[in-house]
Amino acid sequence: METYQPPDGWNALADPTRRAIVECLAQRARPVGEIAEVLPVSRPAVSQHLKVLKAAGLVTDQAAGTRRIYRLNPAGVRALRDQLDTFWSRALAGYQEAAEQSTTEETS
Amino acid sequence: MTQAAATVVQRQIVVEAPIERAFAVFTERFGDFKPPEHNMLGVPIAQTVFEPKVGGHIYDRGVDGSECRWARVLVYSPPERVVFSWDISVQWQIEEEPDNTSEVEVRFVAETADRTRVELEHRNIDRHGPGWQSISDAIAGGDGWPLYLDRYAALIAKEN
Repeated sequence: METYQPPDGWNALADPTRRAIVECLAQRARPVGEIAEVLPVSRPAVSQHLKVLKAAGLVTDQAAGTRRIYRLNPAGVRALRDQLDTFWSRALAGYQEAAEQSTTEETS
Repeated sequence: MTQAAATVVQRQIVVEAPIERAFAVFTERFGDFKPPEHNMLGVPIAQTVFEPKVGGHIYDRGVDGSECRWARVLVYSPPERVVFSWDISVQWQIEEEPDNTSEVEVRFVAETADRTRVELEHRNIDRHGPGWQSISDAIAGGDGWPLYLDRYAALIAKEN
């Protein structure tokens, strides 16, 4: 329906292991080692999956000493905000028209 | 963008109408200006009702009589202010848990006798969670993720 190309984010979550990683990070931010402990996947495999998720914009990472901490990208909230912003812009434009019309029309 | 900024939508608009009328149009004719694609019913909307009292709802009634109550009226003080909840989840379904809903405050300020400034603030958007809190359900539901990711993907594409 949309004209944009489905970016990597779409495919990134098609993989069940990557969905499990996202779910795991939804609980809290974690380093690679900790994710590998929780999931039945090797550490190098987790790293590979994280790379894909990061490229898709679903996950961000941050150095903390010698480790890298991975967390979900708050873009999710921004996506919702963006929708609501669009919604209210359109609603208020329609509202203005309705309010000014009924002024000229005469009313209750 | 800061986290706080991401969780609030603020809009304002000035209308050439006295404050009483500005308030009345917003509440009584909400369905006339609400974008039409904002519909969680399976059928077209026949009417949108804004119940003018605290504890009332804003709801859509479909052409087949089905109803979708998607907001609770929290404050109703004509002609200055109205606050209602936004009980719509990131999966565009009714959110039953009030703690997971955001709220919309609309303030009406008379600039002159015939002109009103309308300030709208949709806040606590993060209470819905970016979809992650309910991620297990979302993943399980076939419609949840594709729908959500579609929007997510569009945003990312736009930002690039």
